[in-house]
Amino acid sequence: MSDATHALALEHPTSTGIDTRKLAIWTFIGSECLFFASLISTYLVFRGKVIQHGVGPFPHDPWTSPTGQHFDPILEIKLVTVGTALLLFSSLFVVIALNGAQRNRRGQFLSFLGLTIMCGIFFVGMQVYEFTHFVHEGLKLQTNLFGASFFTLTGFHGTHVTIGVIWLITMFILGVRGKVPPGKALNLELAALYWHFVDVVWIVIFPVVYLMK
Amino acid sequence: MTAHAPSASPVTDAHEHAHPGVGTYVKVGLILFALTAAEVAVYEFGYEHANAGFGALLHPVVVPVLLALSALKFALVAMFYMHLKQDSKLLTGVFVFSLAIATIVILALAALFAYHYTFQKLIH
Amino acid sequence: MATTVIDHAPARAHAAKTGIWSWITTVDHKRIGILYGATAFGFFLMGGIEALLLRIQLGRPDNTFLSPETYNQLFTMHGTTMIFLAVMPLSAMFFNFFIPLLIGARDVAFPRLNAFSYWVFLLGGLFLNSGFLFGAAPNDGWFGYANLTSNQYSPGLNVDFWMIGLQILGIASLAAGVNFFVTVINLRAPGMKLMRMPVFVWMSFITQVLILLAFPVITVALILVMFDRFFGTHFYIPSAGGDPLLWQHLFWIFGHPEVYILILPSFGIVSEILPVFSRKPLFGYAAMVFSGIFIAFLSFGVWSHHMFATGMGPIADTAFSLTTMLIAIPTGVKIFNWIGTMWGGSIQAKTPMYFCVGFIAMFIIGGLSGVMHASPPADLQQTDTYFVVAHFHYVLFGGSIFALTGGAYYWWPKMFGRMLSEKLGKVHFWLMLIGFNLTFFPMHFVGLLGMPRRVYTYPAGLGFDIYNQIETAGAFFLLVAFLVFLWNIYVTWRNPLWETKRQHGGRLPEPARVSGAGIHMPNPSFWPVLAAAGVTAVFVSLMLLPKLGPAGVVVAVLFLFFSVFKWAFEPA
Repeated sequence: MSDATHALALEHPTSTGIDTRKLAIWTFIGSECLFFASLISTYLVFRGKVIQHGVGPFPHDPWTSPTGQHFDPILEIKLVTVGTALLLFSSLFVVIALNGAQRNRRGQFLSFLGLTIMCGIFFVGMQVYEFTHFVHEGLKLQTNLFGASFFTLTGFHGTHVTIGVIWLITMFILGVRGKVPPGKALNLELAALYWHFVDVVWIVIFPVVYLMK
Repeated sequence: MTAHAPSASPVTDAHEHAHPGVGTYVKVGLILFALTAAEVAVYEFGYEHANAGFGALLHPVVVPVLLALSALKFALVAMFYMHLKQDSKLLTGVFVFSLAIATIVILALAALFAYHYTFQKLIH
Repeated sequence: MATTVIDHAPARAHAAKTGIWSWITTVDHKRIGILYGATAFGFFLMGGIEALLLRIQLGRPDNTFLSPETYNQLFTMHGTTMIFLAVMPLSAMFFNFFIPLLIGARDVAFPRLNAFSYWVFLLGGLFLNSGFLFGAAPNDGWFGYANLTSNQYSPGLNVDFWMIGLQILGIASLAAGVNFFVTVINLRAPGMKLMRMPVFVWMSFITQVLILLAFPVITVALILVMFDRFFGTHFYIPSAGGDPLLWQHLFWIFGHPEVYILILPSFGIVSEILPVFSRKPLFGYAAMVFSGIFIAFLSFGVWSHHMFATGMGPIADTAFSLTTMLIAIPTGVKIFNWIGTMWGGSIQAKTPMYFCVGFIAMFIIGGLSGVMHASPPADLQQTDTYFVVAHFHYVLFGGSIFALTGGAYYWWPKMFGRMLSEKLGKVHFWLMLIGFNLTFFPMHFVGLLGMPRRVYTYPAGLGFDIYNQIETAGAFFLLVAFLVFLWNIYVTWRNPLWETKRQHGGRLPEPARVSGAGIHMPNPSFWPVLAAAGVTAVFVSLMLLPKLGPAGVVVAVLFLFFSVFKWAFEPA
């Protein structure tokens, strides 16, 4: 990221012609695929079991406790659909921002990066709202297997999104200070690749958790 | 995966293989939005309105259709936004290989536990 | 070939080329390799002492040398230490020192990340062992089966030390995995095609792929245990609908590739040493490479052979049995190729060669018992007995340790500028070979007689006694063998092979900077150390949640972020 690193990278050819840091990000992304695969597997393993064991609220089914307390299905598809759309648009915005950085169009770069960050923040906000709403409705991490696997899976995804937002904000600040000229657009591309991955994981989580019964 | 002679300025791949323009990005974005809308529509019709007509037809295939739609979105983001289509095939290889192992893990665990739980129901 | 448009500023002069600070801030792959090796060797000795104590306890029936609780802690720490703190980092010593040299790179792709990996490993290893200070060393086995690890059955701090320690170590391995993967792919010298790389580099490269794909799975498995223990979830608690079997699956999806992570570098070392001392090229280079790739790929398809006794059903049993038998084939190819390398060669009877030939013989024995495990009906008797203990010690000790020791003898002059004594080396070898077989061969028999694993004692009169006595005697042989090794190191240290510029007490100086030749050597940095401390702090703060609350975690995270930012914006 610093001047010296970049200057060095430019003049040290690599065996494959791919930038070393770009290869590193993809390698990291590959590893993260297994991380989320394990979390998704855990969610799937417990999905069918949830209803047999115990206490609601449940994702798609209403439930009444032995004491007569009634719980509606707890997932709110409409809200999450908005969040999903936000995340998708944020991927579009960040790649337009990258395009601007690569072509020295500072206005395009900064404004679309700003939009990306806003979408990311709103997504996290939606998740925070969703989580607090669920707790309010009686679903905590410990309540049942759905609570455990849902909060763990979406919570770790949300953490990844948050780290992505911090990274993008850092790039934004660097951009404002003029430290991301076209020659250094790769730095933004690295952040964008991570961001897209986070979006792609959500593309899997959204149907698996919210849309499948 | 054989190495080719290192090129003189390899770092900014953007110049090696031209990345698509904003127009393409926006088109892909609209398709992604449409696919998401389709996913929600499948859910609405396949589950909420599964009694009649289209919903009844859709109901048994909701899961495969949703998986197909999300796979399509996944591929579009990977190919166009993450530039896999334009970049070196090595990067695609790294990603696809990891995805293959990840998919094996998910499918194997689902299968193993489906048997496990069915078996448990039978013996209890 | 490189069109050097930008002129390098000559690398900054360093205030300290020797001394503690230069070692703490080093980013040089050779120094980091030595750090790994020294630390790993220390942990290896610890693990050995733990084993010796176990063997003393088992030397007699109904022995009371160790309490059951102490025994449990010792066998857990022995296993965990040997796998994560000895064999893996000893391999890492060779990765670090030799991969850049063997591919003609100036260093690894990310030298500061390399240093970070080492410091995280050191801190993680220390943390894992700090349980001893509280009388609460991990005690549920290196495999930590749920729901023994739940709060209900393991209320103390033991399991917390284990799971947090492993998470910290996992970070080190993953970072190094990315680093070496990228290094091998991207930093090869011009003309160093992949199929021209030394076999050691190939095997190490494949190992990194396994690390990158397997460690995230155990990370999740441990996260779920942590959530069960710290936050009251029920992932593995059957009474609330959870499933202990989920732990086993996730653990072994990691665990099986892990054992190939432990052995593949050793395969590479043997493939380097045998040709040299047979004065013949390696037989079947391409077969060696592709068999390694095939083994790695298959290793993700065999994990449930550790679970044949859990009632997975006939289809799963058959499938995993088949894949397990299949994986023996590429392994067999390697063994035949090693023999083919020696066949008709001019054999030099030197210590590294002895260890490699010993490796082949011991690994074949270990492989044979492994193939026996591949049959579920046979395994139903063998599992949880000493037969399994025999198997994995033959492949991990007879395999990895023999090969790593051979590698140490072979590469000692290159790494340290000294030559280990041939005479002492051969004494070391024979004592180790005899001691090893005395300790572990009888375990095949006592295992088939039904002696269970992981139990602190056994009653007299079951037929176990004589075998255990021999095994304990063997363990003392091994102790003497290692003392001979230590003596060898000590006695040859004072005779360097060549004159080195002595500075500040006679240590080798930092590698010379080549100025003006267009090669920038990475500068030392303190941020990797700080970031490693940050990672450790974050995980430790999780363990301290009851005392410090979320504030502790927040402070640790902020500290980590601070170190990472400083690192990112430091001039290279």
